[in-house]
Amino acid sequence: MSERDHHPAPMTDVERRARALEELLVEKGVIDLATVDAIIDAYANDIGPMNGARAVARAWVDGGYRERLLTDAVAALAELGIGGPEGNIVVVANSVGVHNVVVCTLCSCYPWPVLGLPPAWYKSPEYRSRVVREPRAVLAEMGCDVAADREVRVWDSSAELRYMVLPERPAGTDGLSEDELAALVTRDSMIGVATL
Amino acid sequence: MTVRDDVQSMEGAGAPPRSNGELVFDSPWQGRAFATAVGLVERLGLDWDAFRSRLIAAVSADADRPYYDSWVAALESLVTDTGLLDPVDVADRAAALET
Repeated sequence: MSERDHHPAPMTDVERRARALEELLVEKGVIDLATVDAIIDAYANDIGPMNGARAVARAWVDGGYRERLLTDAVAALAELGIGGPEGNIVVVANSVGVHNVVVCTLCSCYPWPVLGLPPAWYKSPEYRSRVVREPRAVLAEMGCDVAADREVRVWDSSAELRYMVLPERPAGTDGLSEDELAALVTRDSMIGVATL
Repeated sequence: MTVRDDVQSMEGAGAPPRSNGELVFDSPWQGRAFATAVGLVERLGLDWDAFRSRLIAAVSADADRPYYDSWVAALESLVTDTGLLDPVDVADRAAALET
């Protein structure tokens, strides 16, 4: 028998119930333990906006990494140990002439392996429809004024392809370490509804 | 939308405990029960709502019950209602784990 039988503390009723369900489903071949373990890892291991922020900070200090992040984000994120169980992620860079913003017009697809839990407004019908029609107005209402001579590009996510914005590095941050830079990167800046 | 998008963005009555956007498990069995449900729904090709609706029903049936106790009740109702497992087998196995 497995080491699970040497449980250190008495199991509660619900714990026994949960274990019985898992064991029977595994024995019947409905699910397998590796899948269960992989799902636990995917959710328990640091899914949150700091993953995206780490990648942004690395891109700011390492031009080679920036190129890799923009050309093959999945591989570049994997370099930092960031992985999603599914779906492709594409990173789009803000620049002097371009501001990028991300939406999912159909539902609420979101690059959660890098950004964590989507904010409530991301799923609102209003944001989803208006940011496509009048992105500048929506951004301004959210406190993000984009200069008139700067192009606004709206990226529509799907289950197969999710976008993350690489914001511009703020001025006056030359002396900061990579960790300090990562701490400056907000979730909203990686959705594209804020600048830094 | 995939099952995991739906799981990740659960809010309202069925929303799991979180801290700073991340899921919180008080003990390992809760994480295993969580992952078992997600894996099962994916494997069966169901919509996440097949589980979520049961979870909401379980939460509202006993609002004082801890969240993951309701989660296990929802999981059990899903696997027995769909005929994957016999409720008697589940009860027998749970009882056998006591020794």
